Amino acid sequence: MSSGEAATPLLSVKNVCKRFGGTQASRDLSLDLYPGEVLALAGDNGAGKSTLIKMISGVHQPDSGEILYKGETISRRTPHEVRDLGIETIYQDLALADNLDVGINIFLGRERMKRVLGLPVLDRKFMRTEAIGALKHLGIELDDLSMPVRYLSGGQRQAIAISRAVYWKAKVLIMDEPTAALGVPEQREVKDLIKRMQQEGVAIIFISHNLNDIFEVSDRIFVLERGRKAGERLIENTNEDEVVAMMMGRILDD
Amino acid sequence: MNSNREHAVKSEIPLTLKLLKLLTAAWSWLFLLFIIAFFEAWSWKVYGRTFFGNLYNVQSVLLTATQILMMALGLTFIIISAGIDLSIGFIAGLAAVTMAVVIRALPELHPALSFTLGITAGIGIALIPGIINGWLISRMKVPSFIGTLGMFGVTRGVAFLIAGGATVSIRNSVARDFGNGKVFDVIPIPVLVAIVITLIFHYILAHTRFGLYTYAMGGNIQSAIRAGVNTTRITFGIFMLSAFTAGMAGIFYTARFSAGAADAGEPILLNAVAAVFIGGASLTGGSGTIAGTVIGALIIAIIQFGLVFIGMPPFWQFITVGLVIIIAVLIDQSRANLARATMGAS
Repeated sequence: MSSGEAATPLLSVKNVCKRFGGTQASRDLSLDLYPGEVLALAGDNGAGKSTLIKMISGVHQPDSGEILYKGETISRRTPHEVRDLGIETIYQDLALADNLDVGINIFLGRERMKRVLGLPVLDRKFMRTEAIGALKHLGIELDDLSMPVRYLSGGQRQAIAISRAVYWKAKVLIMDEPTAALGVPEQREVKDLIKRMQQEGVAIIFISHNLNDIFEVSDRIFVLERGRKAGERLIENTNEDEVVAMMMGRILDD
Repeated sequence: MNSNREHAVKSEIPLTLKLLKLLTAAWSWLFLLFIIAFFEAWSWKVYGRTFFGNLYNVQSVLLTATQILMMALGLTFIIISAGIDLSIGFIAGLAAVTMAVVIRALPELHPALSFTLGITAGIGIALIPGIINGWLISRMKVPSFIGTLGMFGVTRGVAFLIAGGATVSIRNSVARDFGNGKVFDVIPIPVLVAIVITLIFHYILAHTRFGLYTYAMGGNIQSAIRAGVNTTRITFGIFMLSAFTAGMAGIFYTARFSAGAADAGEPILLNAVAAVFIGGASLTGGSGTIAGTVIGALIIAIIQFGLVFIGMPPFWQFITVGLVIIIAVLIDQSRANLARATMGAS
């Protein structure tokens, strides 16, 4: 694990609760995330994984408790503000604009403009060139960047979503099921990307159903069960059986 | 790039997809060329003379295209954003009769002044249904098909009420010259004005954030929202643009015919929708260009004028344009299917 762990956490969730109508989606959850660490969030469907990451990314606000980033509370921030702070979320559907090219997808919402005859004009060439650089940084080369991203493979699309985060200097990357809906070779590629990001000091929260993936890429695992924390382990101190038991609610730490 | 990297992401885009993309951009041009060749050949065969070599024919085609294009410009934005605006036909009629009524009410004013006031009133009133459409669809989240269908009825009724149920004729020399005059005796003034408005709309769609966000919304509204796009504002804006261009179509109508009619724009709605789809816009949103819509408007105008020229009963226009819409949409779908099949195979 990186040397940063001894230092203060980059992101802290403190005693967070969230209720939707009659459902207690989060019960007093607390977790810390350190720079350069991959934290896996595991849990059955409805365990509260999505609610937790949506609170971190600003989509939902906790009913009580607070979320700290670099020591400051972000519990009341909008998704846009959270993202500008350096916490990027990559959802399962990747949230790419399928009909637009790679450059635009990396810059959407933060476009680069230039002036032509005094008029503001989108600087597509700049954005495309930057996109080539950002992808190359992750070891990806596309031969035609003018194609709408809908024509790219699942792995390439995942890479674009990741390179968008890298380009905008994300410090925390939240990935919701990044390997779902991908073929085996592409799952491999995405896991390589995660490791590469980690080497660059990015902290990653990684949601997955796939225990193989979790054990392969993460440093630590945080298991949720019906909104509460079932347990938290360093990956070398646990095994699949224990994780499954925690997911089923058969082991509870507290 | 490191060639020895173990799991480098491959980057081959199938040739079929590249060709498909090229064809998407080119097919409306091919269609335009085909239709020009068709009527030119027919003209030589039947009348023994040229069709497009005749200045009057070209001017008439361009004037017809201008009417279609005016309504289609704003509609292009709406269709790209994956919406529809059914109210533009009667928004044009509303603007046309309002302009005529205002000019008629001010006979003692200088014609240039009453013409200006007429235009201002016509555009001003056209923007009201635009605001209501924008509010319904962006704020109240009413599907655009339903919201604008409702406004179709409302504007229709109001337009007929303002017109008193009849065509409102005007006698205004400036309006007549604006609608029928020609620069250097060659280029009709409405065509010139339409070119300027078209260039502005092209700029907005292709080169500004507003245009980009219109595409982004049509492609994947969730991704647009997550990227921080204010979709409410963009939706509101595009319905205002649509109302504006529909209002302009009404202005052109009243100026050209020296009369405002409540149903001035009604037959043009179908043509405008056809122009946008022939121009390469996708039924599901996310694609389309102003250049494509211009070509689409030219194609429809040539079909319309050409059918009259070769002596077909005018009702054939409706049938032809209707069929052209269906063909355009079928082509769009087969294009999408082919793309999907190729992706699946790769």
